[in-house]
Amino acid sequence: MIDLTVIWALIIAFAVFMYVVMDGFDLGIGILFPAFAPGEERDQAMNAIAPVWDGNETWLVLGGGGLLAAFPLAYAIILPATYPLIIAMMLGLVFRGVAFEFRWRDPRHRAFWDMAFFSGSLVAALSQGIILGALLQGVHVEGRAYAGGWLDWLSPYSLLTGAGVVAGYALLGSCWLALKVEGTAESKAFGYAKWAAWATLGLMAAVSLATPFLAGQYFQRWFTEPMIFWLAPVPVITGIVAFTLLRSLGNRHAWLPFVLTLVLFLLGMIGLGASMWPWVVPQSVSIWDAAAPHRSQVFMLVGVGLIMPLILIYTGWAYWVFRGKVDSHGYH
Amino acid sequence: MFAGLDPHGIALVLARMQFAFTVSFHFIFPAFSIGLASYLAVLEGLWLKTGKTLYLDLFRYWLKIFSVAFAMGVVSGLVMSYQFGTNWSVFSDRVGGVIGPLMAYEVLTAFFLEAGFLGVMLFGMKRVGKRLHFAATLMVAVGTFISAFWILSVNSWMQTPTGFEIGAHGQFLPGPSWTAIIFNPSFPYRLVHTVIAAYLTTAFVVGAVGGWHLLKDRANLHARLMFSMAMWMAAIVAPIQIFAGDMHGLNTLEHQPAKVMAMEGHYQSHPDGAPLYLFGVPDDKAQTLRFAIGIPKASSLILKHDLNAPLAGLDTIAPENRPPVWIVFWSFRIMVGLGFAMLGLGLWSLVARARKRLYDWPALYRAAIVMGPSGFVAVIAGWVTTEVGRQPFTVYGLLRTADSVSPIAAPAVAASLLAFVVVYFAVFGVGTWYILRLMRDPPHPHEDGPEQDERAPIRSAGITPAQQAEGAVK
Repeated sequence: MIDLTVIWALIIAFAVFMYVVMDGFDLGIGILFPAFAPGEERDQAMNAIAPVWDGNETWLVLGGGGLLAAFPLAYAIILPATYPLIIAMMLGLVFRGVAFEFRWRDPRHRAFWDMAFFSGSLVAALSQGIILGALLQGVHVEGRAYAGGWLDWLSPYSLLTGAGVVAGYALLGSCWLALKVEGTAESKAFGYAKWAAWATLGLMAAVSLATPFLAGQYFQRWFTEPMIFWLAPVPVITGIVAFTLLRSLGNRHAWLPFVLTLVLFLLGMIGLGASMWPWVVPQSVSIWDAAAPHRSQVFMLVGVGLIMPLILIYTGWAYWVFRGKVDSHGYH
Repeated sequence: MFAGLDPHGIALVLARMQFAFTVSFHFIFPAFSIGLASYLAVLEGLWLKTGKTLYLDLFRYWLKIFSVAFAMGVVSGLVMSYQFGTNWSVFSDRVGGVIGPLMAYEVLTAFFLEAGFLGVMLFGMKRVGKRLHFAATLMVAVGTFISAFWILSVNSWMQTPTGFEIGAHGQFLPGPSWTAIIFNPSFPYRLVHTVIAAYLTTAFVVGAVGGWHLLKDRANLHARLMFSMAMWMAAIVAPIQIFAGDMHGLNTLEHQPAKVMAMEGHYQSHPDGAPLYLFGVPDDKAQTLRFAIGIPKASSLILKHDLNAPLAGLDTIAPENRPPVWIVFWSFRIMVGLGFAMLGLGLWSLVARARKRLYDWPALYRAAIVMGPSGFVAVIAGWVTTEVGRQPFTVYGLLRTADSVSPIAAPAVAASLLAFVVVYFAVFGVGTWYILRLMRDPPHPHEDGPEQDERAPIRSAGITPAQQAEGAVK
């Protein structure tokens, strides 16, 4: 049963995935920032993302704007339900974003802006991870509005997903750095990537084990026939990818770890999608309940169909322009 | 302020304050970067055409300032895209199907374009060559325009809603024609008026920086060039803006008469010619304008082009549908006053040109410096006029502001408002200070761009930025 609402759910999922992996490595570099030495190492780390971070963050605007446009009711419920987290994420991203400019402008306060870059990235990543957990565990809805308190999102489970996202972003960030930097920073990046890989895999496993026990629906989805046959490959493939990733990090392969990490995130996303489907707010609002009017869906689909390929082309071109290793001197 | 309000009322006031605060702060940056992106494109285009490094130097000088302003616009804009959901969730649920797609188009056609080419514009001159780099600069400039187009369409639709149907649960649904929604009655006027405002804002900043450096060194060719360009802009565009504003006002009179009544301070109807109040103290409680000083019949002349035309006042509007007059009355006067001051400076620069004294008139430079921030103040004042004048509605005449707010308790809204105020003043205060510091450095030959700038702390041996720049020009 493929209709416009399903297509829109896939488009929003695509936007979220693009945001998570692309700004994920920006935020991951921010999370690991204090572990790099001031000067040469940190300058390289910053230069590895300076030309692209803004484009990466734009996927978050598309995610939020797209949710408002395609699933207004979901937007109107999820944002009040995770209110403090959204505010924290925004403020974190404010600090993270201006740090790119400010640390160059003011060498005397560089240490402060490095700190702002780190803490802004960490707060944003943690907030996003907790939002994910809060959504999966379900929110209290009455009528067409959120009806819970303003700390309902806080639970051991949502803290677990929060930690998982932080670790995952650190893995993405260190793999990207391994690809882009040289010298001591490169060696460090490979070292941190190993730690981050173990942490990410451990937390992914913990979240995967905890999720089916959150609600009967998830348990049924994963452990009843015939779904179990369809979904069984997901953990198996994840295991194979994890093993290959650790090997490639050990061999200090240049681009393979980053690609495998992307695959790992994709598998995680498929797992989450399989759990949530067809809810947009689990247990309360389905994608059809929340869908925008038919005319809105059609009008936007035309835009996405025409413009998204262009966006991917020129974004790819920008990455191509800044390909290869950076050094601490920025781009020559 | 909160006297006699129920908890819901307090949360509503706080949510409105939060939106006003975050949007005003945000709007400062795009107002500047729309004009500056175009100015940068013009400078780079002139450099490519003439080969004069003077233009390239100015391009690099302003590019550094642009990069800081743009970053602040990006992060404060991100906050805006989530404000609708956090504090105005009922509004989002009711109106999302109509305005959501317009904002999604803004992201698809503008934000990605700006962000995608910004990296090349800032750091890519040596990697892609002159022509492709100019193309990237043009894309960023075009992106700022497209962004203004969509977001002002959304804002205009909230002021003059057309092309919609009402569905179940009070939802606004798009009608058969999206052009009826996008090109709603106030949109063309608002778009022209706002984009010109952005151009003027940038012109007065550039003029102030040029004037500052001419005061210090009247022989500085770079300062002369930017000052001259800015003053041409002021002299030509300020009168156009006054005309465009007048047209916009007449359009508002047609579609939102209560807003114009508040702007003019007309609590009472005037059956035979309304005065133009220059000054007064609006008293919303008593519904009168105290200490009013006005020009008899002038308001009718401006709005109806007839001295004796009758003009209705707020006494013809139901009390629960009246906007707060004192805010609208004063913000409108601030905007108009600054508009005429801009015109004055533009005319003065023409006199200076005629007398061959443009590069030898310290009083003119001082006036230009004083007028430097005038665009920002005028833009915010105009914004306040149109938004507060829309009250008590979010979608004019159809959806009340009080019925649009999220079911969030006042303490949560207060805490987030406090956090925004503290962070914004700290972060954007520092950013503004960095911009001022960049402006303090005189523009000079072999100006560094952002990419050389970054190498300042760790310059490679034997390569000076000047040689680098020449390498880039070849």
